[in-house]
Amino acid sequence: MNITSRLAWRNVWRHPRRTWLTIGAMVFSNALLVFMISIQFGMYELMIDNTLKAFTGHLQVQAVGYKDDLKIRQVVPDARSVAERLRSELELETITVRSSAFVLLSSEDRSYGVQVFGVDPEYEPRVSSIPGLVREGHYPTGRDAQEIVIGKVLARNLRVGLGDELTLLGSGRDGSFAAAVAEVAGIFDSGVTDMDRSIAEIPVGFFDDVFYMEGASHAVVIVTPDLASVPGIKSRVEASLPINEGLVVHDWDALQPGLKQAIQADISSAFFMYGILVILVAFSVMNTQLMSVLERTHEFGIVMSLGVTPGRLGTLVILETGMMALAGLLLGALAGGLVTLWFTYNGFSYPGMDQMAANFNLPSRFYPQVTVLTLFLGPAVVFVGSILSSLYPALRLHWLQPVAAMRAV
Amino acid sequence: MSAVRCIDLCKTYRQGDQDIKALDHVDLDIPEGDFVCLSAPSGGGKTTLLNAIGGLDVPDSGEVWVAGRRIDQLSKGDLAALRLAQIGFVFQAYNLVPVLSARENVEFVMQVQGIASGPRREKAMAILQEVGLEGLEDRRPAEMSGGQQQRVAVARAIVSRPALVLADEPTANLDSVTSGELMTLFVELNQMHGTTFVIATHDQSVMAYARRLIKMLDGKIVGDIDQQPG
Repeated sequence: MNITSRLAWRNVWRHPRRTWLTIGAMVFSNALLVFMISIQFGMYELMIDNTLKAFTGHLQVQAVGYKDDLKIRQVVPDARSVAERLRSELELETITVRSSAFVLLSSEDRSYGVQVFGVDPEYEPRVSSIPGLVREGHYPTGRDAQEIVIGKVLARNLRVGLGDELTLLGSGRDGSFAAAVAEVAGIFDSGVTDMDRSIAEIPVGFFDDVFYMEGASHAVVIVTPDLASVPGIKSRVEASLPINEGLVVHDWDALQPGLKQAIQADISSAFFMYGILVILVAFSVMNTQLMSVLERTHEFGIVMSLGVTPGRLGTLVILETGMMALAGLLLGALAGGLVTLWFTYNGFSYPGMDQMAANFNLPSRFYPQVTVLTLFLGPAVVFVGSILSSLYPALRLHWLQPVAAMRAV
Repeated sequence: MSAVRCIDLCKTYRQGDQDIKALDHVDLDIPEGDFVCLSAPSGGGKTTLLNAIGGLDVPDSGEVWVAGRRIDQLSKGDLAALRLAQIGFVFQAYNLVPVLSARENVEFVMQVQGIASGPRREKAMAILQEVGLEGLEDRRPAEMSGGQQQRVAVARAIVSRPALVLADEPTANLDSVTSGELMTLFVELNQMHGTTFVIATHDQSVMAYARRLIKMLDGKIVGDIDQQPG
């Protein structure tokens, strides 16, 4: 350690209580940031995972333009073969086909417009949570069964129960009139009113017959093992698609822009709060360093008279701040990391959370996500904020005149 | 060659609604290797003159030359470089960095000069030995007597072998014995290394060591006496 570093280190400890208070503020805010960011990122992952696993999947192969304009004509030809090939190439069983059409669904008393999906009963439970949310009856078991699964709200609106018949009226892929009668086999309860009111599912073979799909579907839905593997699998799927068939691979943020926007909005508001915390710490550091510079004015005058430039003195002040900030970063990251690690194993919950989570098909405990990013993002910002806050006290030294400084008491 | 030359130097301070002439048309020439005492009562202008010579304060008018270079128009950075390389300061109140040991205080200036740690340490130890502080190198200022602290300050001032040492009331806080020892040390350094000393004092016993005594009053030089050091 050279003398400047030694000098900075000893200056830091001239007033141990003041130094510990400043470092303490940094440690507290850093630990809090580590915990909050880890919880936040863990929740996002859970939100994304649960939302995507509920229905959308991480990736979908679709006809170009289908995402923005859900026309029944825009299909993936021979979709079941595409899905089969992808299952084999990617060694992934969480791939299924899905078709969709808008129909008028009628019971004896009432009619409602809904989006009906043609699903593969064998593979759908592997990519979607809806089969697991069937609270009454059962999910269709055969591809050609003339059965329908509807949401709890829709069942109530239509005034139907298990075993009742519903009539579907819509347009087929070829523009012809499509109509069928299906028996209510199951009623699901996702806890999301919109979903429970507006969608219905029928087996894909039955859907093919009713809407004249001729083996085509509207999407091949893929659920990847985790979010991190999405880009890699997307590239492999793109490479594997038949050329010139007008197909495209969408990832989850294209399929669910609202989810990404919601997360971004949450990140913005959370980071605004974190920003305020960092600014408060920065002011605390600035106060400490300003006091420290003011009470050493005489000493600075002396060393300036010896030939030390204000720039070097400014560097000394920044170095002192850097030492405190580094201690705050390491201790804060350690404290925050340990607390968060405990919650990583034991989960994080609060009273009433299990009930709310069950409604949204979420687990009753959140598990924070500890990564290098969550561990050091907050403390690094506090570190930089502290260094920036020391610039003002350091810059003040540039205006210091040795003679005037030496007169200071 | 002149170590210090001042030409028609003026400096006025404002105190309340009064102008105080700290330097009033001062002309001064100090040759290299001289041992000069500036004597004046309090407020006579000796500290202001020392500050002007050391580039710590800028005169209102006139010229200051140090080692053949005009310094009153230099930038802050150039003045700092000049002080670092050519001028050593010794202050009344020792003014050591309290958190550094005696050796580190001496080394600090050399580190700023960019001297490598090995030679720096060697030089610091040698100079501390020269000023009689062998064995006290690792003590911090608070653990030393006033005389010892002033010796550290002297060691710090001369370690880079400056051409000029400016001392402002260096014995004011010392007892007569320690004061005598310090002045003997100054004389030895002046004789051994040819360093020019300019000492501001109003202590008669200190003036006795000088070869030249410059008397000031109200910012003016009122006497310039060559004398046989006692």
